[in-house]
Amino acid sequence: MPTDLDNRSLVRLIEVGRDFDVSRPWLNRVVEGAPRQLLRAVDSVSFEVRKSETLALVGESGCGKSTVARLIVGLYPLSRGRIEFDGTDLAAPGTDAPALRRRMQMIFQDPYASLNPRWRVRDIVAEPIRVLGLAASPQAERDEVAELLRQVKLSPDDGDKYPHEFSGGQRQRISIARALSGNPEFLVCDEPTSALDVSVQAQILNLMTELQERLGLTYLFISHNLAVVSHIADRVGVMYLGRMVELAEADQLFASPRHPYTRMLMDAIPDLQMSGKSRTPVAGEVPNPLAPPEGCAFHPRCPHANQRCRTERPILSGSGTAAVACHAVEEGRL
Amino acid sequence: MSAAPLLEVKDLRVEFPTRGGTLVAVDGVSFSIAPGEVLGVVGESGAGKSLTGMAIIGLLEPPGRIAAGEIRLEGERIDRLPGERMRKIRGRRIGAIFQDPLTSLNPLYTVGDQLVETILTHLDVNRAAARSRALKLLAEVGIPAPEARVEHYPHQFSGGMRQRVVIALALCAEPRLIVADEPTTALDVSIQAQIIALLKRLAREHGTAVMLITHDMGVIAETADRVAVMYAGRLAELGPVREVIHQPRHPYTAGLMGSIPKIGTVKRHQRLVQIDGAMPRLNAIPPGCAFNPRCPKRFGRCTAERPEPLPIGNALASCWLYADGPR
Repeated sequence: MPTDLDNRSLVRLIEVGRDFDVSRPWLNRVVEGAPRQLLRAVDSVSFEVRKSETLALVGESGCGKSTVARLIVGLYPLSRGRIEFDGTDLAAPGTDAPALRRRMQMIFQDPYASLNPRWRVRDIVAEPIRVLGLAASPQAERDEVAELLRQVKLSPDDGDKYPHEFSGGQRQRISIARALSGNPEFLVCDEPTSALDVSVQAQILNLMTELQERLGLTYLFISHNLAVVSHIADRVGVMYLGRMVELAEADQLFASPRHPYTRMLMDAIPDLQMSGKSRTPVAGEVPNPLAPPEGCAFHPRCPHANQRCRTERPILSGSGTAAVACHAVEEGRL
Repeated sequence: MSAAPLLEVKDLRVEFPTRGGTLVAVDGVSFSIAPGEVLGVVGESGAGKSLTGMAIIGLLEPPGRIAAGEIRLEGERIDRLPGERMRKIRGRRIGAIFQDPLTSLNPLYTVGDQLVETILTHLDVNRAAARSRALKLLAEVGIPAPEARVEHYPHQFSGGMRQRVVIALALCAEPRLIVADEPTTALDVSIQAQIIALLKRLAREHGTAVMLITHDMGVIAETADRVAVMYAGRLAELGPVREVIHQPRHPYTAGLMGSIPKIGTVKRHQRLVQIDGAMPRLNAIPPGCAFNPRCPKRFGRCTAERPEPLPIGNALASCWLYADGPR
C-alpha cells in the first residue's frame, strides 16, 4: 500500500488558466471595429501529481492538454492561477524557479523536430549536463552520456552519430536520454508515442515503465489515446474545451466512466476484441473554442443535458478517488 | 466472398531505382477484393501499404515504378495504361481518399464547385443535374444542411466535415473501387468512429469495394472483412479479419497484436509484448524471410529461403511454420 510519503504531491495546479490573444492585427481592429479576441485554452484547471505516479491527461485536439504541459514546464506563462512544485509556488517572489525547473524535463511528440539535426547525439544528450554544470570533467560527462544511452537501450557508440541516422523510435529514446540527463524527478511527456508505430510504441512504453520503477520518476503523460493511457496511467484526467471534466483513478475511470464525455470517448474507441457490442454513434463535434457554449461546455453534444446544464457551469467535485464536473452526475440523474 | 473479384493484384513489385541500387518497396504482393468487400491493409511505416495503393490508382511518384506483376480492375489490366486513360479510370471507376482532407480539396473553390466539376468530368449530365447530385452526395455523407454548405469553402468546414466532403468527392461517379489511405488518421477518435461507420455503410449499400490502408488495427477490426498484413514490402498474412485478430498465424502479426495496448486486459505496470528491433530498411532486407532477425520462432529455413504465402485455416501466412518439412 502507498504510504503517506508516496502520496505527497509533487506538482499542484491551482485554478490555472491560460488565454491566447487571437485578435486580428491592430489596424484591422481599428478599421473594422473588431474587438480583441481571447482564446481560453485552459480554464480554471486544478489537479495534483503525486510523487512516483503517472497522471495522464486525455482529450481531443484543442482541449488544452498540451497547453497544460507547457504551462507546467514554463514554456508559456500563466494567465491565471498558480503552480506549486514540491510545495513551492513557482511564480512567488523570492522563489528560485530555475532551480525547481531543473527537476522537471519534457519529452515532445515529434522526435524529428525536437532534436537538433546538426548536433551529434552525444552533444544532444550532454546539453542539460553542461547547462546545469553536472559533470566534473569531460571524462565524467562522457561516462554519464554513455550510461544514459545504455539506459535507453542504445549503444554508447551511437553518441557519435547524428539524429538522421536513427529511426523514429530510436530518436524518441534519444529524447528520453536527454530528458534524463539533468537528473529530473518529474517528466512531462506530451504525446511521446503518437508519432510512432505500434510495435515501437510498445518498446517506448515498456522503457518508460522500467525507468519509472528504477529511478522513481513521476510522469505527467499527455495523450489522446485512451488505450495507451489505460496501460500506463495510475490516475487519469479528462479534458474538454480547456476544462477538466473528470479526474479519477485509472481502474475506476475505465471500469465506470461517469462524465458523459468520458463515456462518449470510451465508446468511440475501435473495438479490437470484436466483441460485437453495439456502439452509440457519437454525435456532433467539438465546438469553436472562441465561443464556448454557456454552462457546461459539453451540453450541445450531451444526451443528458437539461436547462441547468445550458446555463450553469458545473464544478469538478467528488470524493476520494474520483471527481467529475457534471450536473447530471451530481443530481443522480446519471 | 465467392463473387468474382473486382480488383485483382498479382505479384505486384514496385521498385525505386537509386544511385545505390534498386530498392524493392513492394515485393510479390497478391490479393483481390470482391464487390462490397472492405479489405484492410495494415502495416507499420515503410511496410509498402501506401505504395501498393498508389500503384493501384496509378499515382506512383517517379522514379518509383511497377516493375512486375499485374493489376486488374473488373478483369481489365490497368497497371500499364497510358496516363490519359488512367486519368479517366481514376475518379470514374476508382475513387481515392487520402489522409489529409485539407490538401485534397482546392481552397479557392467552393465545395459545390468542386463536386459539380468532378461530376461533369466523369458523368454525362448537365449542370443542374450535377448540382442536385452534389447535394444528394453531401447529404449522403452526413453533412447537415447541404443546401447551405454547398456554397462554403473548405476552410469553413471542420476536419471531420472536410473528410466527409473528400469522401463525397470520391463517390461522385459511383466508382466500383475506393482506395482509402489512412482516411481517419488525422481525425479525433469521436470523429474517426463517424467516418468508419460512413465508409462501412457506403460499401454495403453501393456494393463498392474498399481498400482501406491504415496502421490502426482498431480501425481494421471495426471496418474490414479481410485484412492483409504487410511487412517490409511483402505480404505477411492475409485472411478474414476475425481470424487474423484472434488467431494471428504469422509471428509478426502475433507480435503486432500483442504490442497494442488494450483497455482492461493488460494490467498496469505490466510490460506489453515487445518485438525487439525495427523493420529493416529497404536496402538491407535480410535473405529468407524479411522478419527472421526479429522472429522468436526462427529456424534454419527462415534465413535461407523466402516463404511464399501458405494456406492455414482460412488465411494465408508467409511463414515456414506452416510448411511441411523439418524445423
